[in-house]
Amino acid sequence: MGFMKFNEQQLAEFNRLVARYPEGKQKSALLPVLHLAQESFGGWLSEEALNYVAELLQIKPIEVYEVATFYSMYHLKPVGKYVFEVCQTGPCMLRGSDNIIQYIENTLGIKPGETTADGLFTLKTVECLGACGYAPMMQLGKHYREHLTKEKVDAIIEECRKNAAVNN
Amino acid sequence: MNRKDLQTIIYAEKAKEENNKYKYKIHVCCGAGCISSGSEEVLKKLQEEIKQRELENEIEIVPTGCMGPCNQGPLIKFEPNHTIYQKVDCSNIASIVQNQIIDKKPIEEMLLFANFRTKAFINAQEDPFFKKQLKITLKNCGDINPEKLEDYLVHDGYKALDKVLFEMSSEDVIAEIKHSRMRGRGGAGYPTGLKWETVYKYISNQKYVICNGDEGDPGAFMDRSVLEGNPHRVLEGMLIAGYAVGANKGFAYIRGEYPLAIKRFELAIKQARKMGLLGNNILGSNFSFDIEIRIGAGAFVCGEETALIASIEGKRGTPRPRPPFPAESGLWGKPTLINNVETFAGIAPIINNGGEWYSEIGTPKSAGTKVFALAGKINISGLIEVPMGTSLHEIVYDIGGGIQHDHEFKAAQTGGPSGGCIPAQHIDVKMDYESLINLGSIMGSGGLIIMDNYTEMVDVARFFMEFCMDESCGKCVPCRVGTKMMHDLIKKINDGKGTKIDLERLEELAVYVKETSLCGLGASAPNPLLSTLRYFRNEYEEKIQKA
Repeated sequence: MGFMKFNEQQLAEFNRLVARYPEGKQKSALLPVLHLAQESFGGWLSEEALNYVAELLQIKPIEVYEVATFYSMYHLKPVGKYVFEVCQTGPCMLRGSDNIIQYIENTLGIKPGETTADGLFTLKTVECLGACGYAPMMQLGKHYREHLTKEKVDAIIEECRKNAAVNN
Repeated sequence: MNRKDLQTIIYAEKAKEENNKYKYKIHVCCGAGCISSGSEEVLKKLQEEIKQRELENEIEIVPTGCMGPCNQGPLIKFEPNHTIYQKVDCSNIASIVQNQIIDKKPIEEMLLFANFRTKAFINAQEDPFFKKQLKITLKNCGDINPEKLEDYLVHDGYKALDKVLFEMSSEDVIAEIKHSRMRGRGGAGYPTGLKWETVYKYISNQKYVICNGDEGDPGAFMDRSVLEGNPHRVLEGMLIAGYAVGANKGFAYIRGEYPLAIKRFELAIKQARKMGLLGNNILGSNFSFDIEIRIGAGAFVCGEETALIASIEGKRGTPRPRPPFPAESGLWGKPTLINNVETFAGIAPIINNGGEWYSEIGTPKSAGTKVFALAGKINISGLIEVPMGTSLHEIVYDIGGGIQHDHEFKAAQTGGPSGGCIPAQHIDVKMDYESLINLGSIMGSGGLIIMDNYTEMVDVARFFMEFCMDESCGKCVPCRVGTKMMHDLIKKINDGKGTKIDLERLEELAVYVKETSLCGLGASAPNPLLSTLRYFRNEYEEKIQKA
């Protein structure tokens, strides 16, 4: 799914977000609006999407670009249906995240930042996700996956493939 | 709703609790950690099991926030016996219920810490993990349902707000916080009462309160757990702060990477609005206050207060020089109070019990308790709260159960990428602001990363520098270029290709970056390098000699 405009419901959410801020400070809604746009437009933000957000907020496109490129949670390229965000920071490293990242690279045949050819998986290495009590770990969608081992990674990949097949 | 209505509700809820028809309560930890290891399925299965056995009138099941020993999850706790079972899965629920409730013979090999202790405690409170802790900030985490306002109300929720609104002036509140000697829990340890007073003194038609929940230090997950486990406590703290400094609007800035914390805090705001605890004329007083949540988008530097404010304003999260401090000119140029999640969570107990009470806990210069997140090569990783001044040895060995695989303790990193390491010869250090600074580290936000004798310190320094390099916002040259150069030099040495001159350059650079960076993050980026050099210089030199 590529770029389109917000539907009625998304526009209502947009208006709600902007209304949180004082008169003339509508730019403050930029980050939440980008979150909304990314969620609405297939998990990533194209240049058209960024321009559309600028138009909606009545700010210059450059003001949107500079923000979208600064924060790591905005994807500026299409991503897979399942994004593996694997923590690579100290506490996870001490518990073997290097091996996990290497294993995912080998299993899926992609490097961090890349997406598999079938569009299913994207691998991202990220900094601390605040889940160090159960390291090594990754985030998948809105959930943490913890105490990762090679077997667990296999099971997660298998689970995603199954879910994708069911949804198709 | 006015004050009387709230009290009526609290009386009713307390009466309900006292006349509770249930003989047992089963708490199921539903913190993000336990959820990812399957506690939601456990919760469902447990409900089915209780229904099947027709015990619904005897047993109440309560989903709670974090209980503490995260890597033992999923955890379930039976009350009133305080019996905790670890690594519970759906397949053993039937036998746990049978043994614990029906036969009254707990299954010892499944009790919490059965794999560490020679004999696990049936009453988990007797285990050193809990016995050595003092929970003030985390008091109700793990005991109440964070998604039910009524649960919070029964446990003295919003009692402090009521007291403040109807019995205290702004000056009284500030005096009480000053008297408590509480210091900000975000890392720098600035006296909280003094900060509040400064914002209070600025005259403006509009002031703001911001809760900094952009927790990003590697090894830190205190704020996430507090927001997940007891969101109303944070909300109450923000309300009291708003009343004290004269603000009517608050923003809670929470990391985008914390979806569960966001969900629960959003729910808490909604509940509070419905009950009239947020909005106009709160509880019938003259005080009006509302809170909006702001979700971060992945930038460590936004934990720095001026960067956080820029981010709320819809800009890149880059810091600006201070002064002016946010207290004078913060969000949209208005006086703004910024405190950390843990600081706000500590406010209500101070109001309820008095500043004097709080000031007597801990050490003379560091009052109260501190929440730490234990991570790394430690047996029991998770969330703990201890009085300031507790020794690192007690935390690692008594509470944390020692080092994994019986290895030796080598060092603990405090303060994340801005802090330093405490080596084994200083393991008896008292954990308070001053003692840690004396050893070349800092308290920081509370992440405690434990390293064993197999950990290579040059590699650790490289990892922290890589983090700082990745997360540098790029605004000032010393940090943007300096962290990259330091990283490359450490990597060169770590890879066995470094020379003596590289080490000299590295030390020289560290001083430049420390002294000339714009914000605290850049200025502290060399700290892990400097502290590993201070205590483990031989490891750098060995790598150079081998080269």
